[in-house]
Parts: sequence; structure tokens; C-alpha cells
Amino acid sequence: MTHKTLVQIAKDLAAGKYSSREITQDIIADIKARDAVYNSFISLSEDLALGQADAADARIKVGNADILTGVPFAHKDLFCTQGHTTTAASKMLANFVPPYESTVGQRLLSAGAVCVGKTNMDEFAMGSSNESSFFGAVKNPWDLNAVPGGSSGGSAAAVAAGLVPAATGTDTGGSIRQPASFCNLTGIKPTYGRVSRFGIIAYASSLDQAGPMCQTAEDAAIMLNAMAGFDEQDSTSVQQETPDFTAELNLPLHGLKVGLPKEFFGPGLNPQVAECIMAAVKEIEKLGAQIIDISLPNLELSIPAYYVIAPSEASSNLSRFDGVRYGYRCDKPENLMDLYCRTRAEGFGTEVKRRIMVGTYALSEGYYDAYYVKAQRIRRLIKDDFARALSQVDVIMGPVAPTPAFDLGSNTKDPVAMYLEDIYTLSANMAGIPAMSAPAGFVNGRPVGLHIMGNYFAEAKLLNIAHQYQQVTDWHLQTPTSNNVPVSNQEKGA
Amino acid sequence: MSWEIVIGLEIHVQLATKSKLFSGAKAGFGAAPNTQTTLVDLGMPGALPVFNQEALRMAVAFGTAIDAEVCKHSVFARKNYFYPDSPKGYQTSQMDHPIVGLGHLDIQLEDRSIKRIGVTRAHLEEDAGKSLHEDYDGMTGIDLNRSSTPLLEIVSEPDMRNAKEAVAYMRKMHAIVTTIGISDGNMAEGSMRCDANVSIRPKGQEKLGTRAELKNINSFKFIERAINVEVERQIDILEDGGKIVQETRLYDSDKNETRPMRSKEEANDYRYFPCPDLLPVEIDDAYIDAIRQSLPELPDQRSARFVSQLGLSEYDASVLSASRTLADYFEAVVLVCNDAKLSANWVTGELSKYMNQHNVEIDQVPVTAVHLGQLINRIMDDTINSKGAKAVFDELWNQAGEVDAIIEANGLKQVSDIGAIEAMVDDVIASSPKQVQQYADAEVEKRGKMLGFFMGQVMKASKGSANPGQVNGLLKKKLDLLC
Repeated sequence: MTHKTLVQIAKDLAAGKYSSREITQDIIADIKARDAVYNSFISLSEDLALGQADAADARIKVGNADILTGVPFAHKDLFCTQGHTTTAASKMLANFVPPYESTVGQRLLSAGAVCVGKTNMDEFAMGSSNESSFFGAVKNPWDLNAVPGGSSGGSAAAVAAGLVPAATGTDTGGSIRQPASFCNLTGIKPTYGRVSRFGIIAYASSLDQAGPMCQTAEDAAIMLNAMAGFDEQDSTSVQQETPDFTAELNLPLHGLKVGLPKEFFGPGLNPQVAECIMAAVKEIEKLGAQIIDISLPNLELSIPAYYVIAPSEASSNLSRFDGVRYGYRCDKPENLMDLYCRTRAEGFGTEVKRRIMVGTYALSEGYYDAYYVKAQRIRRLIKDDFARALSQVDVIMGPVAPTPAFDLGSNTKDPVAMYLEDIYTLSANMAGIPAMSAPAGFVNGRPVGLHIMGNYFAEAKLLNIAHQYQQVTDWHLQTPTSNNVPVSNQEKGA
Repeated sequence: MSWEIVIGLEIHVQLATKSKLFSGAKAGFGAAPNTQTTLVDLGMPGALPVFNQEALRMAVAFGTAIDAEVCKHSVFARKNYFYPDSPKGYQTSQMDHPIVGLGHLDIQLEDRSIKRIGVTRAHLEEDAGKSLHEDYDGMTGIDLNRSSTPLLEIVSEPDMRNAKEAVAYMRKMHAIVTTIGISDGNMAEGSMRCDANVSIRPKGQEKLGTRAELKNINSFKFIERAINVEVERQIDILEDGGKIVQETRLYDSDKNETRPMRSKEEANDYRYFPCPDLLPVEIDDAYIDAIRQSLPELPDQRSARFVSQLGLSEYDASVLSASRTLADYFEAVVLVCNDAKLSANWVTGELSKYMNQHNVEIDQVPVTAVHLGQLINRIMDDTINSKGAKAVFDELWNQAGEVDAIIEANGLKQVSDIGAIEAMVDDVIASSPKQVQQYADAEVEKRGKMLGFFMGQVMKASKGSANPGQVNGLLKKKLDLLC
């Protein structure tokens, strides 16, 4: 089964090559056998999965199957799964079993997809390397010394290792795109409001958005079809018709205007990553696109603004984890204050506590205007930058991250260095526009992703570009276990 | 020194929506703990609020009813604080952009003059749950049924100058919110409660004194008592050369005293910021106007109608329109007897007297409006006299049955049979020769007063049922003949 795409599995199921139960059992056995190395899963939901697989097989039998019916996938452990632990990779929720399913989870279940388990992640989705998990760091299947990226690092590693064909992720400041880039996957963060946030444990509500992480753009489009849609339970979900995201995959790219912001190619960018990106852009130009130099002058401000807004919202969102109703509670609290203080001191990890404190500070009386209000003003500037740019071009391209996956432990001592990893991804969340990462080569055996950003609700356009690019390149087909040891762009070109 | 009292009220009105402010759970009083909750009210991870449009309509209805500015753009904000009955760790409220802006309310003072009280703002917010400290064996129980029920917090300017004004303001607000149907106004169940900001300053001083906030007062009576006792406390402190501490205090009705709840040192920084889970509320003129058009008759309008249409005095009209249920009751009485003046007299007189004596509100009185109307009919058709009517009313209060049956059973029917009355008059005259002589000897101008004795005797003989008018006429005629 390893590295079969979602489309291939769907075809095999339809052709009766194997049942959903069989592939689900195989996948779970494979995870049990191989995941100790990667640590990409926090838990497996074997019983629930087999029940879902049997229901899917029954649907297939009576000819009532959707394309996803019977196809196994994994959820980032931030999506509440009814009757199965949902931890947010935190000690705080290590024992939490939600009595409800997230809207995205429900939509995938309704389509007949089979959830085999919950993937590892940075605690409460706070991190860029998947090293802040209470359940331990995740290793990058391409290089076990490297991080898989974060915060959806477990989802990325699981798909990259060929354990599952697809996984869900969430992206608050790059948490789908950066691990997709580090693990050679296709991942998309939709327009803010396209996918319901209901039942996804909130990090920063105004920035969080869920999306799929897959091997191909086509798979991502199919997953997104199931995940997206208005949800009356999420007031920020948009009441807009959801298109068929696969419908435009095969459109030609003639006349496409691609903007390259000069700020994405500044001194912080690893030159080899830059070469990969420029080669990919060249390829897209060959497909008929027109390349235009543009500017996003306020890009640099997105880091300080994001690291005010996101922690501010997080400090409030995470207040509910107080040891009173569910989750971790400290041993023998002496009084209410002791219950709160020790529960939260013991239940949250370092990075989470750091962000709660930063956010609490930023919202405090006397600092609110200087931090939160100012950050919101910067957010407006960034939005305006994109509006201006996207009136000139159809999409914007650049690198997802300044470097390929870095070594485990190399950034953990210096949180600011870690935050700088997000320089290219944060702005799309600040503006709320859709953005994706698609495999675009390797640097010293570590993958590099091409970042494609578009206007609001232009997901189909982004997937179309990635799909067309994937028709003329084979980066996305490379696997850590393939016989062709991945080579860098240059070597390949030479 | 002479002190001026300064009072501002923050009134919390629980809106009578079917479901909660941000969830589909039923919003009602009295259910078993935690049975009226959803994931949202329980603060479960990943649960998201959805704004109840009915609460919006009600808030706008209030704004239009007091002719306040209704804001087309309002924003929900999070008020962050930890407490076990605050399941999310924050309360969703409105801060910089409330739904209702500046407005005012006219109240009637004891001297019957009108005073205008400024309304600063009214905003929507969710209520917290309840911590139950009894019955849990040293532990605290949490009931989240009330969590996220909708409140409208109405903030006044510090325009009131004594406790009676504060009560009048609260009563008027009560009349408005119950008239427009946005709350049941049940203060005992906490559907309407207020915090009073009370300070004093030397008369003539412009600068406000340091205030104390009296929390969660839930009856009209307690508002008056709490403010008065707090004012006394502040005067005592200042006159002893002390200083008032700005703090939140609780009124203890058993001891009739206020005492501090929490001190300023522990005051929270609530870290308000716009709630990212909810969109700003945007409404337009058409929406506001449609709600304004659909408002029922408001207390002031009703009062004016009582004067112009029913011929009541301004005072009676304002008393009767002060509460929707009272005004409804009054109009139902009028509907039966068709005499507004008599109805007003009975409602503001005997009925109010009994209500005070028995300490009940108008919606709990045992005498139905129909019964009172029938009783008035029996006065008007001379079946009973006013003394008999009071006896019937007392029976009705004790729920003794129908009006006519009570009259019958108690022999209260007025005797208008001229023959029977004449016989009684003759008897009394015959058995009171001394008094007759005195009457005859008296100067003519003084005889009227002396008639009272004979009236009393005849009424006594008739057990109160003789028609007093007839008795009076006959007595005069017969006595004058003897002189």
C-alpha cells in the first residue's frame, strides 16, 4: 500500500482489488510496525476505523460510494474525534475524549473516509518543528536527523513515510505549508472561513484554518472537497458556495500572471532553496505563465504582528484549560488558586506557557494599544499589500520557508530563531488568503516546497497550478524509500 | 455638613429568548443542574459561539423603546478572568462598541414632577454559571445552566440623587422591558437585577466622591434599603474624618448592611479584546425601523392614553402604567365594568392596599380583573354599597367564589325596598326619643351633622345593606316633619 495516492486507493476500492477493511488493517499494521522511528502518531483508533471501514465496504457494495468512501486517512490530533482521545499533543488533554466530532471530521466521515488515528503535532499547534509535543518530537522520514516542520509535523511525516495517503492539518501561521515543504507534500491552507473551525481546538481563532496534506494536488483537491463548506456552528465560516476543487485541475496555465515578491527572495533565503524555487517558476513560465516582479513592502512586519496577535488570542483561548471540567488536574489542590496555578503550570509545556504569557502581556491594560491595536493595524497593511499585489497578478509565488528542514534540536534554544522560520507563511494567515505548498526539489536530500498564494476563494486556481506543475515534474512522486535517492535540482538539471 | 447623594445603576436584564446568547441550549430557570447546556456553554475545546439573532432584535427593541442611539456596528469582546462558573475563562460581552448608545428615561418623582435620567449605554453579554457552595460536603458544585444566557446590561449616568429616584428608575425600566416583552422581569429569579454605584459629596461640590458598587440587588425594596444604608455608612465615615474606599460591596438584607466583596487590590485586569470567534454585528436602518414600528404601546404612551381616552388624572395614569401587568389588569377591569375612574380607584386603592399588606405583586393577586370588574358593576347598579363592596373584595381576596354568590351568601345585598327601609327608619326614630328631641332643638345648620347618629342606627339595623342614599332621604324627611 505504501505511497499509493488517495486516487489510486479509491480506484482499487472501486475495482474491488481489496476492501476498505483490508487496507485499513494493512495500514494500521504498517503504522504499528514502522512508526516507532518517526513518532508521527499519538494514537491509533483501530476499532473505530474498522467500524468505519465496514460501513464503507457496505456502501461500496450497494454502489453508494463517494470517491473517499473507504479511503483511510489520519487526523491531526487537534481535531476532536468523538469517542477517541484528542490531546492537542498536550499533557493538559492527554486523557480528553470528546463527546463530539469536529465539523471537518464529520464531513470526512460522511464521505465515508476512514480515520485510522491521530497524528503528532506541536503542543496546541504552537511550533514550527514539532518538537514541542508532550508525546515527543517527530522525525522527518527524508532524514531522521531533521525536523518534519510544524505544527502539523506528524501529519506530514505520516504521509511522507507512506503510512497514510492523506492527513488533515491546521495552519495558523504556516503549520500546513511548512511541514508539507519539509516533507515533500502538497498541502493547502484554504481561505479563512472556507473550512469550519468547529471542533478543532483553537490556537488563534482569527488565523486558524484547516486543510489537507497529501502527495498530489489532485488528492488535496479531493480532500478539500470533503472538508470545505459553510457551517452554521462556526460564525466565521463563509456562506459561499463551495466549488468542486477538482474541476479546474486540468485547465492550461496560458496567460497566468505570477508575481514574485522581491521580499521573498531577500538575504535570509538559503540560496539553494532560491534555486529550487526559481527553477520551479521557470517550469511554470514554460507552461504559459507570465512572471512579474512585485513587492509586499510590509512582509517583514508580519513576524512581530503575528507574534502579538496569535499569542493574544491563544492566551484567551487556552483559559478554558483550568482543571475544572476536563483534562489534566493537578494532584490535591489546596484551594482554587492552587488548582489553577499548578494545573496550568504542570499541564502546559514551555512554548505554550511562553505564548500565553506574551499574549497576556500584550492584552494588559496600558500595553493593549501599543501591542494588540498596533499589530491589528499592521495586519491591515499586510492585507492591503496583498490586495494591491493581487490586483496586478493572479497568484504570488516564492519559497515556503527560508531553509529546508533543519536539524532536530537546532532551534529549540532560541525561540526567536524558530519564529523567523515563519517569515514567508505568516502573511497569508494575516490576510486570510489561500496558500499552498507543492514539492519543488531537494537540497542535500531535504525537500523544498514551492509556495503559491492567491486571492480569496482562489483555492481551485492554486490547485490547478500545482496539478499542472505536477504533470511536468516528478518531485511529488519521490519518496524517502524510493530507489532513486533524491538529488538536488542542480544535479538533476545537470 | 449637608451631603448630596449620587447614584448610578447598572441593570442586568435577562432576555426572554428561547435559547442562549451563543448556543442552542434552552435558556430557562429551574432545571436540574447542567441539563440545559451544550458544548459551547460547557466551554469544551473547539466549541464555537453562534450569536442568537433574537437577542439582537430584543436589544434593538430596547434601544428604540428608550429612543437611544442604536449602533449599526457593534462588537463582542472577551472579558478574561478565571472562575469555576466561567467555563471558557472569559465572558463574551461588549466593550468599545455596544449595541445601544446614549439614551434617557423620564421618571416621576414623589412630588409628581418629571426627572430625566441619562442612559449611557446598553450592551449584550452572556451570563456566567453558578457556583453552588451548599450541599456538596465541603466541595463546590458548578451549574452551567445559566452559562451563556443572554443579558442586556443597561448603564445609567450618575443622575439619581436619592434611593427613591433609583427605585423609580428601576421600576420604569422594568415596565419598559416587560412591556416590549424582552424579559419576564422576574426579580426573584434574577431575570432583572442591578448594581448600584453610590457616592456622596458635600452639597455644591462638583467633583464626584469615591463610590462603592453594591452588587446584585434583586428587589425594588432592597434597592432602596441598600442605597440608604450605604449612604449612612459613607456619611458616618466621612464625618468621622475617614475616607471611602472604592470597592465592590454586597447588601445583606437580613442584617440590613453592606459589606465588602473584594477589595481593589484584587481587581482584575480583564484584558478585553474583540472576540475573534464572532463577527462584528452589522445592522441597517431598515432593520432598526422595522423593530421600532413593531414596538407595542410603551408605558409613557399608555399613560397619555389613560388621560386622554379614559379621563384619568395624570397621577393615576402614571401609577397605573408603571407596570405592564398592572396596566393590563386595570384595562381588563375597565373592559368588564366600563368605568375607568371607579376601576382606577379600586386598583390604586383597595387592591394596592391588599397587595402591600400581603406583600404580593400584581401578577400574584388572587382577585381576577373580571371579578373586580363585576364587583364594580354591582356597585354601579346599586346592588351593593361601598361598605358591602369592601366585604365582597375581602371575600374575593380569600378566593371565596363568584361575586354574586358572595353577595348572596353574606346577605350583602343592598336593601332598596322603600317599605322595608321606612319601617327601619320608623323603628329607630321611635326608639330614640332623646336624640329626636336634641335634633329638634338644634339649629337647622347643625342638624346635618346630627343625622349621622340615625344613619348609623339604621345601617346597623339593616346589617349594612340598606341603600344609604334612600336611608338618608327618608330620615331627613321624617325628622323634619317631627320638628
